[in-house]
Amino acid sequence: MPSYSFVLNGKQVTVEAPADMPLLWVLRDMLGITGPKYGCGVGVCRACTSHLDGAEIQPCVVPVADCADRDVTTIEGLADGDTLHPVQQAWLDCDVAQCGFCQPGQIMTAVALLKRTPRPTDADIDRIENVCRCGTYPRIREAIKKASAAGEHPSN
Amino acid sequence: MSDETHQPPVPPSSQRTGGPTRRRFMVYSLAASTLTVAAPGACDSSQATGAEPVAEGVRRPSDVLVTGADEEMLVLEVTAANKVVVRLPRVEVGQGITTAVAMMIAEELDAALADVDIPLADARTKGNQYTGGSSSVSSLYGPARALAATARAKLVTAAAKRWRLPARTLRTRDTMVIAPDGRKATFGSLTASAARISRPAVPSKPKPASRHRVIGRPTPRIDARDIVTGKARYAGDLSAAGAKPTVVARPPTIGGKAVSVDAAAARAMPGVLAVLKIAGGVAVVAESFHHAFKARDALRITWAPGPLASLSDAAIRARLRAAVPRFEAPPRRSSLLEAEFAFAFVSHAPMEVLTAVADVRANRAEMWFSSQTPMDARDSIAAAIGLPASSVRVHVLRGGGSFGRRLNYDAAIEAALISKAARRPVKLMWSRADDIRHGRMRPASHHRIRAAVARGRVVAFEHATASVNESYDDGGPSAQGGVTAAVARAGRAPAAGPVPSDSGLYNFGRVSGDSGGVSLAMNLGAWRSVDSGTTRTAEEIVVDEIARSLGKDPVAFRRTTLRNKAVRAVLDKAAAAGHWGRALPAGRAQGIAVHEEYGSCVACLAEIDATDPENPRVTKVVMAADVGTAVNPRGLEAQLMGTAIDGISTVLQAGLHIDRGAVREDSFADFRYARQRHAPLHFEAHILPSRREPGGAGELGVPAAAGAVANAYARATGTRPRRFPINF
Repeated sequence: MPSYSFVLNGKQVTVEAPADMPLLWVLRDMLGITGPKYGCGVGVCRACTSHLDGAEIQPCVVPVADCADRDVTTIEGLADGDTLHPVQQAWLDCDVAQCGFCQPGQIMTAVALLKRTPRPTDADIDRIENVCRCGTYPRIREAIKKASAAGEHPSN
Repeated sequence: MSDETHQPPVPPSSQRTGGPTRRRFMVYSLAASTLTVAAPGACDSSQATGAEPVAEGVRRPSDVLVTGADEEMLVLEVTAANKVVVRLPRVEVGQGITTAVAMMIAEELDAALADVDIPLADARTKGNQYTGGSSSVSSLYGPARALAATARAKLVTAAAKRWRLPARTLRTRDTMVIAPDGRKATFGSLTASAARISRPAVPSKPKPASRHRVIGRPTPRIDARDIVTGKARYAGDLSAAGAKPTVVARPPTIGGKAVSVDAAAARAMPGVLAVLKIAGGVAVVAESFHHAFKARDALRITWAPGPLASLSDAAIRARLRAAVPRFEAPPRRSSLLEAEFAFAFVSHAPMEVLTAVADVRANRAEMWFSSQTPMDARDSIAAAIGLPASSVRVHVLRGGGSFGRRLNYDAAIEAALISKAARRPVKLMWSRADDIRHGRMRPASHHRIRAAVARGRVVAFEHATASVNESYDDGGPSAQGGVTAAVARAGRAPAAGPVPSDSGLYNFGRVSGDSGGVSLAMNLGAWRSVDSGTTRTAEEIVVDEIARSLGKDPVAFRRTTLRNKAVRAVLDKAAAAGHWGRALPAGRAQGIAVHEEYGSCVACLAEIDATDPENPRVTKVVMAADVGTAVNPRGLEAQLMGTAIDGISTVLQAGLHIDRGAVREDSFADFRYARQRHAPLHFEAHILPSRREPGGAGELGVPAAAGAVANAYARATGTRPRRFPINF
């Protein structure tokens, strides 16, 4: 069984896993990291969205071999201790979540979007593919704009 | 136990007939070392309201909080650590019931919301543990407040004794009792002495609404932080009992059967623990879901087609149309406006696929899953695995969405059977394709509506429907985890025959309805707002068409024909706030619709850009609702928002096709539930002030939103939409 090492939420981890094992199941079934959710397994619903070297990925379709010696961040690694990431805070301020199942993925997608595009337009936000079956989309939009504005004026 | 009531006990019969506003709730004190009070009213079923059998259970102090009271009552405990704990006999699936109940408790106890914990109760043996029919807030509002008000009175009395002060001089705030001189005592520090108070020295009656500080205040969810940090736990996140990941290979067609299975290659794969043939297909238990899916895909199975293999959408639509009952003769000298509508099947597709952890042993079983009907689930699981129900423990978990899907417990029964056969604990997960192809769905339906108009008024309104019913004849998969007793009791069973709306909503003269059905061996289920999601949507479209035929504005026409003032008020609010009638460029239009149900009413105004009719965008939604007392306006707004997205999805683009006995769709790539780009750029909800007791709200908005979207689309495109979803 091949062995893969990568940095997970700031900590070095090593797993023995088949090369084609999707990162999602390495995280969930081997490492007990359950923030990234299974919603489809084919990269469509994006409930598992996490970051690989700071860029958005869908761990359900990324083999663990592709993560070797790289940086993986899941929702669990987003906050700085008890201090939430501004996007998480915006999610609280806008009371975005309903069932909550897709929200770790939504938040990780929003963080990646704001990194690429600090002031996203409605058209940019429209390009988010993550499914929210509870229909929280208007609050997600509001929270992204709020986090974007907070990023503009970090003192606030 | 000391039995006391915050108001005189009322015999069960008058409790039933007294109506919600005059219901009174007995509150019991349970023998415990901490203050623990219980209200049976919270959990009684409509059949069994009696205090007698409840009191029976409570009389054994040793059972308190273990198998006695907590089994059938709403129990509030104040812990020494200053937490207020109420084990809720409902499930949280995103609708916000834990937050709403925490608010009710915090209100009457004057506790800080953060000090109130609302864990979900395990499946009980008695009472009402049904989450559905938008009934949770209305069924818990009285008992939860009575419970907390009684606890507060005892805590105040205990503090008065400690400080030797008159109890009436003490105040409560932030989970503390406060003396006039400023001394403070936390509830936790008083709980042991409060447990011994049998006659509180201050009234234990809930506050009048005018003194509410928590109820009615927009409040964020109590579990929001757990959600945004990834800490919220769903069934699949548990590592309970060492349960191993399990998936099932399922047939391509609905109800297909495995006739031969070659599992040699799958069994030889690394990480595979067991391969078993089961009713629904072939189960694989493995070390991880990756190993389980790989082995599943390596199975060589010959499938016999299911019983619907010769059936596709067109034939189902034709059979439904033929099953619609005939109309009566129309009134003489009236002109008739007739319309027919067809709605496709729609998947529930909650984000969290069906998942259940099962640990079945020789003489007992323990289960973990999210369920709207855990009592029925436990009984059915027990019967399936051949154990007495008392030997089956069901832990109810939060669910990642439901929309009616978790009324049924197909996956839990399947998991229990696999665990029993494999002789090990399993964590069964349906794949998304399993969920969409074999999971339940809103039945397809056909509607024929006829309005008779004479002298500018509707004098008769008929609505005949037919929908697909679940056939149990062939003992197919639908026999498992089927429609539950609780669902049937509540009259929400999809197979019970839809009652076309009685349209008491409008002054339409003679209103009548009838329904027929087509029985098919497929898994169906109540979908948020159940029959109203189709029947009332179709009616709201017809109301617009009647208005047009009479040369009247849709809002003005509704205003003059609606019977109920409250519905007119929400209509007026939505129309005013949404600037009804404002000029819009070609290809864009507004649409409006109303709905009344669950003791509540709602209006929805939608604006659509249908410049490209095949790719329309609802740009703005304004809703107005009167749900009586809105416990948490923030949560209510979220529920309305969700129903708006449901309306957009089901009317414009999301449905399931049946091709030769199989569901064509298998993921969110082709089951096109709305994405961000389909959601309105602007959404607002207006909640009308009310002092009435709470009505239902979770499902309320679906028909109004769907109707408004359909009407907006019709006005923007100059078409008459008849088949839904429109772009399918």
